[in-house]
Amino acid sequence: MTTASAETGRRAPASAMTPRARMLRALLPALSLALVLIAIAWLNPRAISYFGFSLMLNLAIPIALATIAQMFVIAGNELDLSIGTFVGFVGCVTATWLREAPLFGAAVLAASIGVYALLGALIHLRNLPSIVVTLGMSFVWQGLAILILPKPGGQAPAWLLGLMGFKPPLMPFPIIAAIVIALVVHVGLMRTSYGAILRGSGGNPAALGRAGWSLLRTKVTLFALAGLFGVLSGLSLIGITTSGDANIGNGYTLLSIAGVILGGGEFMGGIVSPVGAVIGALTLALAASPLLTFMHIPPDWQVAANGAILIIVLAARVLISRKGS
Amino acid sequence: MAILARPWIWSFIGAALVWLATVAFTGGHGGGGMITAALSLAVFMVIVGVGQMFVITLGPGNVDLSLPANIGLASAVAMTVMDGQDSLIALGLAAALACGAAIGAANYFLIWALRIPPIIATLSASFIIQSIDISFGRGLQIKPPPGFAAFTNLQVLGVPVLAILTVLFTVGAGVALNRMIYGRSVLAIGQNIRAAWLAGVKVGRVRFLTYTLCGMLGGLNGALLAGYFRGASVDLGNEYLLASIAVVVIGGTSVAGGKANVPGVWGASLFLVLLLTMLNTFGVSAGVRLLLTGLIIVGVITAAGGQTPASR
Repeated sequence: MTTASAETGRRAPASAMTPRARMLRALLPALSLALVLIAIAWLNPRAISYFGFSLMLNLAIPIALATIAQMFVIAGNELDLSIGTFVGFVGCVTATWLREAPLFGAAVLAASIGVYALLGALIHLRNLPSIVVTLGMSFVWQGLAILILPKPGGQAPAWLLGLMGFKPPLMPFPIIAAIVIALVVHVGLMRTSYGAILRGSGGNPAALGRAGWSLLRTKVTLFALAGLFGVLSGLSLIGITTSGDANIGNGYTLLSIAGVILGGGEFMGGIVSPVGAVIGALTLALAASPLLTFMHIPPDWQVAANGAILIIVLAARVLISRKGS
Repeated sequence: MAILARPWIWSFIGAALVWLATVAFTGGHGGGGMITAALSLAVFMVIVGVGQMFVITLGPGNVDLSLPANIGLASAVAMTVMDGQDSLIALGLAAALACGAAIGAANYFLIWALRIPPIIATLSASFIIQSIDISFGRGLQIKPPPGFAAFTNLQVLGVPVLAILTVLFTVGAGVALNRMIYGRSVLAIGQNIRAAWLAGVKVGRVRFLTYTLCGMLGGLNGALLAGYFRGASVDLGNEYLLASIAVVVIGGTSVAGGKANVPGVWGASLFLVLLLTMLNTFGVSAGVRLLLTGLIIVGVITAAGGQTPASR
C-alpha cells in the first residue's frame, strides 16, 4: 500500500514544516471557526447569546458525531460513503423500534455496529476498495430505512428528547457536548497506545504489520468505532428533530468528509485530528445556514457560499503548509 | 479461456444473468424491448462513466464529484441555446460541451492552484455550479427542440442510435487509452505520479486535459439527457454521482488508479440498468430495490475481488 507516496511529491510532510507553520496549521480549524463566529457577531450581535448558540448549533451535535465516525474511517486510509444513509437508518430505527420495543431496537443498533465491523474485515481480507463497498452499503442502509419507515414519521423515545433538550446553566448544551465529544475521542485516539496503533494502520500499515500488530483488528476496530459514532449521530439527530425520515441523513456523507478535512485531516497517512474534526463540523454547521441567513445571501446562492467557504479555508491551509516547507 | 481472465467479462456475464432472470420471470415476454430500453439508459451511464474512468485512473483520490451539478447546468444551457429550434441543435450541443469543459477546467484549477484534494475541490465546485444552475434556470421554459428529442429517442431495428454512436465513442476512448500518448500518460500517472513526471510525462497538462474531458462528457450527457427526457432540470444528473463511480469500479477499473477498463464500463452500465429493470419487473418496493441493489454491488465487488497489494 504505497499509495501515500504518490502524494508526497506535491505536499510537504508535517515533519518538514517549521514549528511555526505547523502550529499555524493546527490552529487553522480554530481560526476559521473564530472567523465565522466573528462574522456572525458582527452581522447579528444578538445571536451571540445562550439562546442564540443553542439555536444555531442545534444540529451541530449529530454533524460532529458523524464527522468523528468518518474520521475513524479516514484514519485507516479508507472512505465511508455510506455514513449519511447509515445515520438516516439509525434515525428510523430510533423513531420506531427503539421507542416501541427498546430491547429489540437496541439490539438492531448493536447489530448495525457489528455490520460496520464486518465491513472493515471484508475490506481488509479481500483488499476491496472501501469507496465501492460503502457506496453499495449506502443503498443498503437507505433501503432498510425506507422499509422501516416508508413515510417520514415515528417518534423519538422520551428519554432521548429529554437528553437532547437538556438546558444546562451558563453554557448551551451543544457546546458542552462538542467539548465532551472532542475530548473523549482525543484522549482515546491521540493519547492511548492503541490509539497510536490505529493511526499507524493508516500511516504505515506495512511497518505495523511487521511489528506484529493485526491489521485486520485495527481495520475492524476503526470501522466498529465509525459504526458506533454513526449510531450516536443518528440518536442525537432524532432527539433534536423528534421524528424520523429515511432521507434525513443523506447530506451527512459529504458534510462529514468536508468536516474531517477542514479539521486538518488528510485522506492518506492516518493524519487526523479529533478536536479539529469537531471544530470543522461546528464551522460547517454555523457556516451552512445561520451565517448565510445573517448575511442576507439569497437562498439560491447559499449552497454556493458553502462551497466557497470550503475552498477558502482549504486554500488557506495549503498556503500555510507550503510557506512552512 | 483467455477471455474469462479479462476483468470486464464478469460485468457482461452479470448483465446477461440479470436479463435471463427477468425474461424467465416474465415467461419470455419483452426480452427484446428490455434490451432496447437498457441500451438507451446505459448510454448515459457510459458517457459519464468513461469520463469518470479517466479521472479515477489518474491515481488515488482523483474523482469528479461535480458531474451531477455539471449535468444539471449543461442541460439548462443546452436547452436555452437551442431555444426549441431544430436549427440551433449543433450550437446547443457546442454550448453544453463548452459549459462542461469550463467546469472541468475550474475543477482542475482548484486542484492545481489551490492544492485542494480532488474530492473536496469537485464537491465544493459542485455546490457553486448547483447555485448557478438554480439561479440561471429559474423561470426558464426548458424543452428540447422536437428534432433533438426525436434524435435521442431514435432507434434502428430496436437498437438506439445513441447507443451505436456511444459504442463508436467508447472504441475511440479505448484506443485513446491504450494506444495514444495521452492515454498512456494517464495510466503512467496513475501508477506512479513521480515516476511519470521523471520520465518526462507532462503531468500537469495531462491531468488538466483529463478533468476538462470529464467535464465535457458531463456536459454532453446533460444535453442528451435533456433531449431524451424532454426537458432540463436541476436534479437531472443526481443519480449519476454514485452511478458514474459504480460503473467504473464494477467494470474492473482500479480505484487506486493506473489501471483502466473501457469495455467494463459498458458491461457494468448494462448490468446496473438491467438490475433496476429486473427489480422493477419483480414489482418489489422502493426499499427492497435499494437494499438489493446495494447488496448486489457489494456482492459483485467481493466476488470480483480487490487488487493484490503488490499492484497498488
